[in-house]
Amino acid sequence: MLYQVRLSITYDYDSPAMAGRHLLRLLPAHIPGVQTVRQSALAISPRPSERAEFTDFFGNAATAIALAADHSRIVFTGTAVVERLAMGPGIDTSPPLEALAAELAALRDLGPDSPLHFIADSPRIAAVEAITAYAAQQAGSVRAVVEGLGHALHRDMSFDARATTVDTLPAESFAARRGVCQDFAQIMIAGLRGIGIPAGYVSGFLRTLPPAGQARLEGADAMHAWVRAWCGAAEGWVEFDPTNDCFAAQDHIAVAHGRDYGDVAPVAGVLRISGRQRTVQAVDVIAL
Amino acid sequence: MTDPIAGYRPFPGVRDEMMEGGEVRPLWRGFARHLAGLSPDERAQRFARGDQYLRDAGVFFRQYDGAGSDERDWPLSHVPVLVDEGEWDALAAGLAQRADLLEAVMADLYGPARLVTEGHIPASLIAQSPEWLRPMVGVPPRGGHHLHLLAFDVGRGADGGWWVLGDRTQAPSGAGFALENRVATARTFSDFYAEAHVHRLAGFFRSFRGALEGNAAILTPGPLTDTYYEHAYIARYLGLMLLQGEDLAVSGGRLMVRTVSGLKPITTLWRRMDGAWADPLELEAGSRLGTPGMVEALRKGSFTMVNALGSGVLETRALMAFLPRIAKALGQDLILPNVRTWWFGEGRPAEQMVISPALSTRQPFDDPPVTGGDPMMLAGQEPVRLSTTPAFIDGALVPRPMSLRVFLVRTPDGWRTMPGGFARIGRTADTAAIAMQKGGAAADVWVMSAGRVAADTMMPLGAPYVRTMPPVLPTRAADNLFWLGRYVERAEGTMRLLRAWNVRLAEMGDRRAPLLAAMDPLLAGLAPEQGIPGGLIAPSLRAAGQLRDRLSPDGWSALTDLDRTMRSLSQKVAPGDDAARALSTLLRKLTGFSGLVQENMYRFTGWRFLELGRFHERAAGMASVLAVLADPSAPEGALDLAIEVGDSVMAHRARTPVTRRESVIDLLALDGANPRAVMFQLDGIREQVALLPEAERMDPLRRAVLRAHTRLATEVPEALDSAALWDLRDRIWSLSDLLAEGYLR
Repeated sequence: MLYQVRLSITYDYDSPAMAGRHLLRLLPAHIPGVQTVRQSALAISPRPSERAEFTDFFGNAATAIALAADHSRIVFTGTAVVERLAMGPGIDTSPPLEALAAELAALRDLGPDSPLHFIADSPRIAAVEAITAYAAQQAGSVRAVVEGLGHALHRDMSFDARATTVDTLPAESFAARRGVCQDFAQIMIAGLRGIGIPAGYVSGFLRTLPPAGQARLEGADAMHAWVRAWCGAAEGWVEFDPTNDCFAAQDHIAVAHGRDYGDVAPVAGVLRISGRQRTVQAVDVIAL
Repeated sequence: MTDPIAGYRPFPGVRDEMMEGGEVRPLWRGFARHLAGLSPDERAQRFARGDQYLRDAGVFFRQYDGAGSDERDWPLSHVPVLVDEGEWDALAAGLAQRADLLEAVMADLYGPARLVTEGHIPASLIAQSPEWLRPMVGVPPRGGHHLHLLAFDVGRGADGGWWVLGDRTQAPSGAGFALENRVATARTFSDFYAEAHVHRLAGFFRSFRGALEGNAAILTPGPLTDTYYEHAYIARYLGLMLLQGEDLAVSGGRLMVRTVSGLKPITTLWRRMDGAWADPLELEAGSRLGTPGMVEALRKGSFTMVNALGSGVLETRALMAFLPRIAKALGQDLILPNVRTWWFGEGRPAEQMVISPALSTRQPFDDPPVTGGDPMMLAGQEPVRLSTTPAFIDGALVPRPMSLRVFLVRTPDGWRTMPGGFARIGRTADTAAIAMQKGGAAADVWVMSAGRVAADTMMPLGAPYVRTMPPVLPTRAADNLFWLGRYVERAEGTMRLLRAWNVRLAEMGDRRAPLLAAMDPLLAGLAPEQGIPGGLIAPSLRAAGQLRDRLSPDGWSALTDLDRTMRSLSQKVAPGDDAARALSTLLRKLTGFSGLVQENMYRFTGWRFLELGRFHERAAGMASVLAVLADPSAPEGALDLAIEVGDSVMAHRARTPVTRRESVIDLLALDGANPRAVMFQLDGIREQVALLPEAERMDPLRRAVLRAHTRLATEVPEALDSAALWDLRDRIWSLSDLLAEGYLR
């Protein structure tokens, strides 16, 4: 499936911001076998005093910029043409959950896709006893457990854009059983890691208008987040979207993946301002 | 017991550094004879001399407990540990081999990770370590080496062989303390030390300084760190800038220091903080200690970091289980063994062990005891016993367990070992290495040569002398100097006002007397009827605390002494005569501090900011005093009060027998020859501002200084009424803002 992606994020400040450095992860990544980036561009206004592109540890396309002082508005505008290849999962080749630990122990890999990076607590997602207990109710193959946990969360959680913020911890959103895609994803990751399944965070976009006859996906009007889980060497990584209760396939376009939001934050870096700030995000993903 | 050596009894079955088979070892004989020859009084005097040195030098370390933190005296164990030169060289060779091994492991873990893919290091150990910093993977260090300064904790077993107890690769501390221990111990045994063949330390530091190429600086987390004193001390000793994260900025991919002369590039940064805190943008997001963009500057290879970010991963406890095997795989056997270590991920051995978290990077045996848990997260270590060395405890010489911290620095000719270091001396007689975590004292280490050793200093011997200018002044240091100047002057002004108030109270006996009430606007926020406020010096002390690398130790002790006296007096004195007398004492101490700074501080940019702070505060303070006390509506006696607060009683009497408003205004506002007058301060400000960097530019600051100066210089006493004086004070305050705008941001 071929998509045109358009993204704009605008920050408005009451008082001019001081000079600062930022790290941006806003444009789709090239992921062999999953998606191919045909074309991509990022425009920044005002023009940064410095700009450098690099690939981060997890293979994401990152842009480091420096902004001079005294701007009261920043606009990031990204455009990309992406071909999404992922078709969703086929036959389940994952081992039973009990067999996963032995597979992990045998790994000798520190590369970006090694599941070993995704077992331990990460800065924003630490083990939570209640979430682990909730995840432990699932049984079967590793992939069935992943899917089962995703279903359960979709069933038990309410989508509520006002219940949480970007810094809400999984323990809190889980206790309230409310939140947005970020909360759904974080809780699911905490649960999977809690029961020994390596799990990471994916940021990305959803197709804006569904194919005829299908419902519009939740989270299509802004950047979205879902989960990737490692289901053993044979099955590899699978991506599941607990907010929409589905595997990520043709309608999902990944931007960055990492251990948690901290590794993929679209705009990272301290904005030094004294007054308030407002953010407006607009996303458009058109099937070509 | 007069001869401490005769009464010394090593523990049976434990190696003692000084004694063997009931005899003093040949290496120790000279020192033992010297020690035995001292009477208890003499010995006490000498120990006191060593302690006095450390106190005078302001050596302290910060200790944290549940309630907060505190500066503590450095616990010196006066008896040095003597080590034979030959034994030391063997130890040094073993450590140099280990240093090379660690460099190879580091280069691999942040490079191809072959040790992991080939199974020499468990992948999960590295992947789960918080010290393995992913953004540094694939970033080759400038100059090709990751590790430049290392420390090792080593201990000695019963057979006399050395063991490595721990590798300190992150940001090893203690080299400065080793130096201070040396000075204190050399003073304690000055006559003996001068003749003994003890290897000097300066050559090591000279090599280290030489290895820090280009514009080098130390990065410290700041005064609240436990070893901040050492950071400041070593910065002073090596002539390096002492910087905090906010002093640095990344511009055009280069690491720069913010100075009063603009951004200046840094070529080598010796970091004394854990790597994860160095960059909030790409590493620990919550860090307030770091510099955004630091990792990017490293990616661009623009400066050398000592040691490379991420070197903390080499301190991972469980890694010690694998290092001997890695050495073998790389084709060498370790010359020096490390304490036997097992990672439970490979199975739990049956041996007796000290169990600790596998990923811990704490000092050896410093972890709280662990018994169970996920085996992948546990490591066990052989419960080694340490040798003992003599220490005086309650006047008696007794054996105490010891471990050494040895420092190695990379030079163009390979690793160089500090011939000495410091010894950790156990608090109790328990020789199990784990008992060392209860803390204890530190002792100097003397590497004894068979022949004479050359005297040595930091200066390369025989090199021609070249005068160098002080390095650029970082903005934050300038800011702290400016505020130190202001705070000290403000404290002095407040103390003079309080003294005058208390003298009047003693004379009149009535708090509501009009003259006392007239002073209220000047004493805003203070309650003089409650005695002396104890916290008057606190702001000065805070600013000075940020400047420990720039203030002389004498200046620092004078200020802490003043603060202590002030706090204790504020508890005791009653308002009136009592308080006035106490304030006179405090004022003498404060002028003592100002005098020390004035007499000893090198006349360069830093001093100018201190002076500017003083001038500003004194000018604004005097303008306020005159606006209040020389106002026509002020009560009887207010003019004399102003003269007294202005410390100009003699000068005024010498000019005129009668006190009039005009005479007071002239002397305290307009007379440029009176060091208390506002005019004098404006002269000073004009002079110093003209000498600041980039003084040739006519910016808002210089224009405003000229305007204020000209305005006052052309004033006559009659026209300078209270409204004009308040206006003058506001102008002076706005000069301070302009100065900050131009130089201190």
